[in-house]
Amino acid sequence: MTLEQLRGRLGYQPLLLGAMALCASAALAWAADATRAAIAAAEARDLRASLAEVLPGGFADNDFLRDTIDLPRAGRTVTVYRARRNGRVEGAVFKVAERGYAADIQLLIGVDRDGRTLGVRVLKHAETPGLGDKIEVAKSAWIRAFDGRSLGDPPPGKWAVRKDGGDFDQFAGATITPRAVVRSVRGGLEFFAAHRAEILGEAS
Amino acid sequence: MNSPLAGIVKDGLWHQNVVFAQLLAMCPTMAVTTSGTNGLGMGLATTAVLVVSNVLVSAIRHTVSAQVRIPVFVVLIAGLVTIVDMAMNAWLHELYKVLGLFIALIVVNCAILGRAEAFAVKAGPLAAAVDGLAMGLGFTGALTLIGLVREFLGAGTLFAQASNLLGPSFAFLELRLPGYGGMLLMILPPGAFAVLGFLLAGKRLLERRAAARPAAEAAPAGSGCC
Repeated sequence: MTLEQLRGRLGYQPLLLGAMALCASAALAWAADATRAAIAAAEARDLRASLAEVLPGGFADNDFLRDTIDLPRAGRTVTVYRARRNGRVEGAVFKVAERGYAADIQLLIGVDRDGRTLGVRVLKHAETPGLGDKIEVAKSAWIRAFDGRSLGDPPPGKWAVRKDGGDFDQFAGATITPRAVVRSVRGGLEFFAAHRAEILGEAS
Repeated sequence: MNSPLAGIVKDGLWHQNVVFAQLLAMCPTMAVTTSGTNGLGMGLATTAVLVVSNVLVSAIRHTVSAQVRIPVFVVLIAGLVTIVDMAMNAWLHELYKVLGLFIALIVVNCAILGRAEAFAVKAGPLAAAVDGLAMGLGFTGALTLIGLVREFLGAGTLFAQASNLLGPSFAFLELRLPGYGGMLLMILPPGAFAVLGFLLAGKRLLERRAAARPAAEAAPAGSGCC
């Protein structure tokens, strides 16, 4: 095709491309609209399931997904879910993140009103399969070692992996991952201690 | 088995296999095949996109001018993948949690645009659909095979977590080699290159044998001497 012939059809190309883009956008808008409710419901179900993982069964009698408080932490906002029984805040669940070996490791921590961990679970990580992924409860019971611990138990100097003179095991071949998780959980407990009065909704 | 459609199927599954013959789509092939289940899931999702995109491209092939066909196909494929991504998130949420990261990657799978360019734009919708299905299943088979080999050598399991993907009734697929420590290298990226290399060599070997056989049978008759 010569340049002259192409010039003659110049109007057709952008029109065609524009029409295609319009069709694609319309289809996407329709699909987004059709799936929005189902996606929101599925995500709420996921969140509820992971929150239930770190709270013992029957711990709360309220809908803790809706009982939240937003608190600042290192320039970001942390949403804290409050578990109540008979109206009194008995525990709190929130996310913490710490840089692991490959990327941020996102954890969900449940803490009772006295600052003891109720449970810790990994929400998201990109650690090495077969080495660092033992932090997942499905692969190893290691993460349960935090259950019932608090800032005083073990004492502050012992909140580290064994290699660093602490109380928590590392895995063979992976130190950076468990080190990050230990630091992350301790940071979460410190965050709870600093905001305890606000989270419990009681004047200190 | 000499009709054109049968030829398309054979090409997709073996002679022109996306992974083992065209060496396309290396990014998902390397990234996803840490287990047989992941390979299977990614392959099936890609197959669905490939069939629909091939049919659509074939349907609009007379309307689209050659000069703007690439951007038009890109818009079409990207829109399609996004819709699949949202639909899976909404209605196949458990599966989406396993594969979610990879669905968006289908957009950059050059096999999709490759088939649109190399086949669908020159063929009728039926042939394009068959081509998409055959290429997709060939891709699925390749990914599942690489995944199974890596999983077996690396972790000593076969189809781990298959019930997440296919439902609880497929739990019988999940096998575990007792007392096997695993070989981490196979799960890591180098394992993907190694396994792909050996499988490619294996395919070449099979093809060479197949090519040599008729020649050996023909030789005595042709030459006439011992």
